[in-house]
Amino acid sequence: MKGNVYIYILVMALVTYIIRALPLTVIRKEIKSPFIKSFLYYVPYVTLSAMTVPAIFTATRSVYSAAAGFIAALVLAFLRKGLLTVAAGACLAVFIAELFLI
Amino acid sequence: MRSNPSDSVKNFKEGVQAGIPIALGYLAVSFAFGIQAVSSGLSVFQATLISLTNVTSAGQFAGISVIAAAGSYIEMAGVQFIINLRYMLMSTALSQKIDPDLPVYKRLGIAFGVTDEIFAVSIMRKGVLAPAFSAGAIITAVLGWVLGTFLGAFSGEILSAALISALGVALYGMFVAIVVPPARENRNVAIASLIAAGCSSLFYFAPVLKEISSGTRIIIVTVAVSVLSALLFPQGTEGAANEG
Repeated sequence: MKGNVYIYILVMALVTYIIRALPLTVIRKEIKSPFIKSFLYYVPYVTLSAMTVPAIFTATRSVYSAAAGFIAALVLAFLRKGLLTVAAGACLAVFIAELFLI
Repeated sequence: MRSNPSDSVKNFKEGVQAGIPIALGYLAVSFAFGIQAVSSGLSVFQATLISLTNVTSAGQFAGISVIAAAGSYIEMAGVQFIINLRYMLMSTALSQKIDPDLPVYKRLGIAFGVTDEIFAVSIMRKGVLAPAFSAGAIITAVLGWVLGTFLGAFSGEILSAALISALGVALYGMFVAIVVPPARENRNVAIASLIAAGCSSLFYFAPVLKEISSGTRIIIVTVAVSVLSALLFPQGTEGAANEG
């Protein structure tokens, strides 16, 4: 590591907090621009999808166990299971798959 | 909504109740974060400090990969800005949900806990959002987030490789749980998410493009696909206020 870890942490914390605090303290009226509203609407889903695929396939010891975890998560989320159930179900699927694979 | 003290206690308790399942979900993911942070070269203290000061799953995972890759501070700021940009939407939605006369220090407190999950339980509250509810939910959820990080960072080395491998998908499981239900309701969200996953994979595998760092890749894909989606499928007001 070249940089100072604490400066990295400070940058992370500051940027993240400013993003959260600005609208809550500054905006007292409704945003009117349909384009900005639509853009902001899509950002969470697009970011999380781009972060998940393809990274999830290298998150475990085998591409196949990762795929098992991904499928389990997709199925559980499609059935509208909660956060904890989906995350735990994905982990369990990886664990079981690796019993056979590794 | 100048609430009396007993109302505040009731709201705070309801906040704690809403925060408990979130805290449990966070435990698994932050445990995985703690393991990964330590294996990226951070100390237990640094890993825990990141969780306490950031309280953001995706941003933190991306952050430690920037640290591990010795990226610049500017890249770190850019990655955090783009990955956490969704909090700006949530913070904006919450700004419409609180008492217009709420003092700034209380707004700053609510802002600290703007995460996907805490936002979801806050925006679903009936009527005006009471700061005491936010306080209860935030304290409970953050406790789970920080504790899980500490435990993961502290015990990562003694866990079996099989368990660490299994926990590696916890974060992505949480992401899937956030994206899939709205994608099921709204075809545009489903299309945008699929395009994002496709573009991200293209950048990961294609020659030349694969030289781009993962943080920059997510910035480019997010901005491009969100702009494209906003132009092709504009959303009405109702969607923006209701989605977590």
